Amino acid sequence: MKKVYLYKGYERFWHWSQAVLVFTLILTGFEIHSSYTLFGFETSVHIHNIAAWSFLVLTVFTIFWDFTTDEWKQYLPTSKNLKAQIHFYLSGIFKNAPHPAGKSILSKLNPLQRIVYGGLKIMVFPVMFLTGFLYYFFHYPVQGIELSSLETIAIFHTLGAFAVVAFTIIHLYLITTGHTVGSNLKAMITGWEEVNETEVRHIENEILAGSKTVIKPVEAKKSRKKRRLPEEVEA
Amino acid sequence: MKKFGILLLALFLPIFIITLMGFDEEEQTMADDSKKELKLENYVLKEKRQPHKEVDHSKFIELQKDFESAHEVTAACLNCHNHRDKEIMETAHWRWERDEVIEGKGVVSLGKKNILNNFCIGINGSEGTCTRCHIGYGWADKTFDFSEPTNIDCLVCHDQTDTYEKEKGTAGYPKASVDLNLVASSVGSPRKENCGVCHFWGGGGNNVKHGDLDKAMLDCSREVDVHMAKEGEDMSCIDCHITENHNITGKLYALSSENKNRVTCQQCHSDKPHNDKVLDEHLCRVACQTCHIPYYAKANSTKMIWDWSTAGELGADGHEKHENDEDGNHKYLSIKGTFIWDDHVVPEYYWFNGIAKHQLIEDEIESIPVQMNKLDGAYKDKGLCRKSIQPSKIWPVKVHRGRQIYDPVNKTLIQPKLWAKEIGEGAYWKDFDWNSAAEKGMEYVGLPYSGSYDFVETEMYWPLNHQVAPKEESLKCNDCHSRKNSRIAALGDFYLPGRDYNAGVEVLGILLIIASILGVIVHTTCRIISGKKCKLNQQLNNN
Repeated sequence: MKKVYLYKGYERFWHWSQAVLVFTLILTGFEIHSSYTLFGFETSVHIHNIAAWSFLVLTVFTIFWDFTTDEWKQYLPTSKNLKAQIHFYLSGIFKNAPHPAGKSILSKLNPLQRIVYGGLKIMVFPVMFLTGFLYYFFHYPVQGIELSSLETIAIFHTLGAFAVVAFTIIHLYLITTGHTVGSNLKAMITGWEEVNETEVRHIENEILAGSKTVIKPVEAKKSRKKRRLPEEVEA
Repeated sequence: MKKFGILLLALFLPIFIITLMGFDEEEQTMADDSKKELKLENYVLKEKRQPHKEVDHSKFIELQKDFESAHEVTAACLNCHNHRDKEIMETAHWRWERDEVIEGKGVVSLGKKNILNNFCIGINGSEGTCTRCHIGYGWADKTFDFSEPTNIDCLVCHDQTDTYEKEKGTAGYPKASVDLNLVASSVGSPRKENCGVCHFWGGGGNNVKHGDLDKAMLDCSREVDVHMAKEGEDMSCIDCHITENHNITGKLYALSSENKNRVTCQQCHSDKPHNDKVLDEHLCRVACQTCHIPYYAKANSTKMIWDWSTAGELGADGHEKHENDEDGNHKYLSIKGTFIWDDHVVPEYYWFNGIAKHQLIEDEIESIPVQMNKLDGAYKDKGLCRKSIQPSKIWPVKVHRGRQIYDPVNKTLIQPKLWAKEIGEGAYWKDFDWNSAAEKGMEYVGLPYSGSYDFVETEMYWPLNHQVAPKEESLKCNDCHSRKNSRIAALGDFYLPGRDYNAGVEVLGILLIIASILGVIVHTTCRIISGKKCKLNQQLNNN
């Protein structure tokens, strides 16, 4: 087993800010939906609006980042290993079978992740933004755009919200299905993912083809890191 | 250590962004809380006001005489204030009618002179007592001369001594005990006492009609009325009901149908009063009054139900009955029937675009309860493209429900003759005979009466404007935006976030969440059961 630096700084920043924002939006959104009482309706409305604008800014930056770094290709759906991946979750995982889709620099996501994350990016989030905007700007139909009712908007916005909640539950659980229970979480925090020999060979080929990353032995992690970031030594 | 640092960074950076984005709004709310200053336009606060210099009328020779009659006082007034009589004669206070357009009926003369309500029904045939609230002397019947200037009663509005009082049953003449010289020498701008004598006491008792106009407002706390409170701005009626040339702005939909000459909150409070975009936007479709008048009849009760059909029951001794409820309000009167009163009443809410449609005395009854002054409006009435100049807004309304006499054959409401000085003139309050009261009344207004009468449910709508609560007591979001007990639960013609939801979406969403959780549980269980082969257990064992 070796470690490879797979998740870049911006990627992790984006992932975690998005996590906080989505969590905030869901919590306040369902309070506005009168599903429960938490912060108070008025506070929730204000937090929801602020978080939504922040999420929009973050998303615009990330789309920009995705295209400038070619990372958007990570979300292209593929049928390769798709069945194997489903089979892995349904049975392989219980028999200690290896993950069918290895991780590499150009393919960090397994086929299911590609479909689901891509779906969130091009389906769920845009619908949430669009309906959110209509909600925000046309909640008092007076003149101009004549929305006969908020109901249609509300239905889509709420459906999207339920989808995001379901995604979050499953996502949080699947974190524990890496090499070890904590390895996926650790990787998304530090950026370093543990990879097996096959994956290492694949990544080495990618590096030869021009991709940039660092591979290091698992044991040597500490000394290597300290050398790369000398200011940490003092800390 | 380092991992932890990155994690912290990842968690706090977004929060930092959120804080940055929210900074403007937060700063604003903080500033509001510290200043607590109202946005005001066209209004000078009491503490900053200059004392008003008024003419001392007691110095005028014209007023220093013993007036033989009230008419003489008016003549003396008009001697200096010439042409003011012309202004007065154009007002609804004098004419008790004005031209209003009613949809489908064209221009109609509407006013106390001809309209029916579900309190004392109408003045016709009973002017002698009703016109005690007319700003004139002698309107006892149709022969009253509306063009005679000395018939105007200047004193009832301009008296500053609080000694002027009109006599009962004399068509508006003052009591013999009134010192006309003293009153005439005192005159000045109308105070709330002057307006209140009629507008608080309409319908035969304090706060009977409006529910938000009560004698208590002469000296009340901020909780009852934030504008008129003694300890606050102590505003008088004409501070808002701005008056020029005796045209007093503001009118109520008990008698008016058109959206004109109104008083608005925006006059002083601007159309963006909240320092909060979301709240300000509510003004598009919600009247200020809706949130800021959470309850009415806060000091004294108001009449909610009036059932005329039980009237006429006399005591064993043949005398009229007077029964009170536990609060001391009339519960039953032989002359008027049964009443139900209430205080701290939660308003009912209606879409209202400023146009009312009145049931005129000659109109055929189309639906029951009869809507005496139906308020027009709907969520989809957005103004401009519709019949009103502004979109319908949600308004708080006092609804007064009644059962009153009508003609089941002609299908019209009936104007009964209620009052007379003597027994035998056919007045219900003397003779207790509905049939002759109906006959006399309808004959007086020149309309047919079939000879049979019955009682019909009626509703009258009083949009609320007064008894504005301190801001801490105004409605909160949850008072409407909630699934249970939403104040506007009855307004079902639109989707209100927090109140409404789509049942299908809810079921689907909750099923989706349950399925996800079940999936996770089953999967975890399988991983545990599959024992050492499972990575989970491997990991646990390693540790």
